[in-house]
Amino acid sequence: MSLLQINNLNVRFGDAHAVPVVDGLDLAVDAGEILAIVGESGSGKSVTMMALMGLIDAPGRITADSLTFDGTDMLKLSGRQRRKVVGKDIAMVFQDPMTALNPSYTVGFQIEEVLRQHLGLKGKAARQRALELLKKVEIPAAESRLDAYPHQLSGGMSQRVAIAMAIAGEPKLLIADEPTTALDVTIQAQIMELLVNLQKERNMALILITHDLAVVAETARRVCVMYAGQAVEVGQVPELFDVPAHPYSEALLAAIPEHSIGAERLATLPGIVPGRYDRPDGCLLSPRCPYVQDNCRRQRPPLDPQAHSLVRCFYPLNQEVA
Amino acid sequence: MTSPIPKSVTPASPVDQSLLYPSPYKEFWHAFAQNKGAVMGLAFMCLVVFCALFAPWVAPHDPSEQYRDFLLTPPVWLEGGTWQFILGTDELGRDLLSRLIQGARLSLLIGLSSVVMSLIPGILLGLLAGFFPNFIGPSIMRLMDVMLALPSLLLAVAIVAILGPGLINTVIAIAIVSLPSYVRLTRAAVMGELNRDYVTAARLAGASLPRLMFVTVLPNCMAPLIVQATLSFSSAILDAAALGFLGLGVQPPTPEWGTMLASARDYIERAWWVVSLPGLTILLSVLAINLMGDGLRDALDPKLKNAA
Amino acid sequence: MLSFIARRLGLLIPTFFGITLLTFALIRLIPGDPVEVMMGERRVDPEMHAQAMERLGLNKPLPVQYLDYVGKLAKGDLGESLRTRESVWSEFLTLFPATLELAFAALLFAGIVGLLAGVIAALKRGSLFDHGVMGISLAGYSMPIFWWGLILIMFFSVSLGWTPVSGRIDLLYDIEPKTGFMLIDTLLSDEEGAFKDAVMHLILPAIVLGTIPLAVIARMTRSSMLEVLREDYIRTARAKGLSPARVVFVHGLRNALIPVLTVFGLQVGTLLAGAVLTETIFSWPGIGKWLIEAIGARDYPVVQNGILLIACLVILVNFVVDILYGLANPRIRHQR
Repeated sequence: MSLLQINNLNVRFGDAHAVPVVDGLDLAVDAGEILAIVGESGSGKSVTMMALMGLIDAPGRITADSLTFDGTDMLKLSGRQRRKVVGKDIAMVFQDPMTALNPSYTVGFQIEEVLRQHLGLKGKAARQRALELLKKVEIPAAESRLDAYPHQLSGGMSQRVAIAMAIAGEPKLLIADEPTTALDVTIQAQIMELLVNLQKERNMALILITHDLAVVAETARRVCVMYAGQAVEVGQVPELFDVPAHPYSEALLAAIPEHSIGAERLATLPGIVPGRYDRPDGCLLSPRCPYVQDNCRRQRPPLDPQAHSLVRCFYPLNQEVA
Repeated sequence: MTSPIPKSVTPASPVDQSLLYPSPYKEFWHAFAQNKGAVMGLAFMCLVVFCALFAPWVAPHDPSEQYRDFLLTPPVWLEGGTWQFILGTDELGRDLLSRLIQGARLSLLIGLSSVVMSLIPGILLGLLAGFFPNFIGPSIMRLMDVMLALPSLLLAVAIVAILGPGLINTVIAIAIVSLPSYVRLTRAAVMGELNRDYVTAARLAGASLPRLMFVTVLPNCMAPLIVQATLSFSSAILDAAALGFLGLGVQPPTPEWGTMLASARDYIERAWWVVSLPGLTILLSVLAINLMGDGLRDALDPKLKNAA
Repeated sequence: MLSFIARRLGLLIPTFFGITLLTFALIRLIPGDPVEVMMGERRVDPEMHAQAMERLGLNKPLPVQYLDYVGKLAKGDLGESLRTRESVWSEFLTLFPATLELAFAALLFAGIVGLLAGVIAALKRGSLFDHGVMGISLAGYSMPIFWWGLILIMFFSVSLGWTPVSGRIDLLYDIEPKTGFMLIDTLLSDEEGAFKDAVMHLILPAIVLGTIPLAVIARMTRSSMLEVLREDYIRTARAKGLSPARVVFVHGLRNALIPVLTVFGLQVGTLLAGAVLTETIFSWPGIGKWLIEAIGARDYPVVQNGILLIACLVILVNFVVDILYGLANPRIRHQR
């Protein structure tokens, strides 16, 4: 049984007729595995995870056939019940570490908060554990950092603190939403390595949201490609890159600058992601897809298992290769 | 395939530019009109201005005429009231409505003159402080800081204490008291603009200092100044009323709204309208101006708006 | 932290001297013969006039006179009231606690009600409560507070008879002024019902004086809270599974309060100005009323040094607020 099972998740902002930001998403994550979610800005990657964490406020509405974590239906939980899970069994690290920490409280205070809330630790015990956590995320001079304020830390260090706060509750699932996008390139590699090590050590499931395909190739076992609020392909890591089945996955890979060396222009799909007023009745990629057929425009393809992956396409590519 | 593009492309009819690019005034009005409170404020102020301009014709009676037979008459909607004196009369039998209308004249006069009297030197000093940040600037700002160290009403009271009571001294006192805000604002705006490229370009083109100050930089600093001017206007009315109330401002029998309240104090029990109505007009006028000021600020520079 | 305080103190000194210059100039600018002005008498005969000139140092050059003035201030000599012949300083000390008590009560009222209203308005943004709070606060700083005081007196004191009309305490009670704070003194004395009476006398003036600060604080809290609730660290706090109350009050309010603090401090100036009006309406025996009466009576030593004292008070409070702000906002502390 999967640790996390999402079936037909829809998130809308506004009434029932508003354009869905997440449109019939299916996703599953097993305990201890690393899943990457890739897609353009606005594809719904972050919103999906925020919906899981209960961070979507009115006028957002969430509906799903199931949104199950560790056997519990997250949608049916009351606020108080959800808060027992969030921050403890499921934790999240956000994109911009410089604004993710409260500037008025010390690092130690913010970590100890999680320890007090979820593990019942207080006083010296909490401080001791917070210190251990800081050391675990490889912050130098951890002792003195406990009493530091966020504005005294660099971006990389702040992100380490954020990670420490996230793992403080010993989560079964850690969600990292573009954790390195706001950091320097050299720090990026360090943070990614840290995340992968922590994951291995604690056998946490890790959902990595990113638009950096290189990072995906190096760290994830499975990857989910999202487009316009839907999962369009879910597959294993080397296979999806080698033999992408969905035209959008192919286009994503083709758009990597290294693949266009020697060419005059970067390879891109014409057109833009459908917005509020131009959502197609059929496949959401149909206005732009180079392989489009007539029935693509009329019907929405389901997410079906194909040769190597789950693909949302009537005419998946690269199916001959066994 | 599509038809060949014609060699010369001429539009069917000339496009009306004013429809495509609304003038700054239209744009401003459109933004301003969105704020219902501001529009209501504007409407009320138009009423007040109208009363002020046409006071002698609008007022039913002469504000200083005393009707000995009608001392402390209640307003028309109460028992004992009469349509002759719609809002009643005061302790000397003078028609309250006429006095309030006359008072509008005074308040607007005080507001307008004090704003003008402090805006002009304020802008000048602010420009000087911004353009000469080495010695002149800090000296001016220190002086302003000292003036701001005292609460505005107290400073006004002190100035009136020296100069003596009366209408003109009230205006002077309020003007002096409002000065520091304009200087500070202008200086801040000027220093912000001085870094911009268009100023450098003007300098390189050989613009003289006065031209730089007044033609190049100043027009771009006007937005916050206009907003401050409206707010100063409302403070001026409040301060003038306060001075009048304390007996230090406009002297009776001149019907300034605050002065009217001072003499009304003794009649709280017997004739509440003599107390309530002048204060109510002050409240409504100041409220209207503040609403307008909020609307102006939002329309002129949305960035100044609080998170709302 | 200490260097921060030292820096702020450094800024204080020039401002203080500026104020003394201002008050010095104030009196010299009064039209008329300076001796008559200073002594409060008319038609001093020539011999006495010359003596007075000598004694008051009026024939020395102005800068020297200024230095004399500052010298006297440094020694604590602020002159004598022309009316009571009491030292200005001792009169100030006697009357100041009354104003302080009133200002404190007003600030307490404004702070508690304003903060609560602002926070709730921000949490229930767009609701009737929110619009109500915004509307009332707009009215609050648009109204002349002396009128507001009269209206409240009309309603609560005259019509309903719930509160007394003026003064700090009923004349029936004989309270020994041990601290100068009526609330404390009545508790210390053994007169029955005195404390309650003092409280009743304090309520209406405190509400009137606190109205404008209330309006400003409510508005400021609301907009500050709205901004803070949008910040990323609030999202982080919620992702940590913290209770909504904790998110709002520990994480949100703490940061939202920072700009509100500055506003709080700025209100001191408004309070002192308002005290002048409020004390006049309620016949509250504080320094505001003292100053106004002195002006009316042309008691210039009181006017001059009373203004000086009040200005120093405002500067001092602004200084303390600055320091508190530094304490509250760690970023400012560590900056230049």
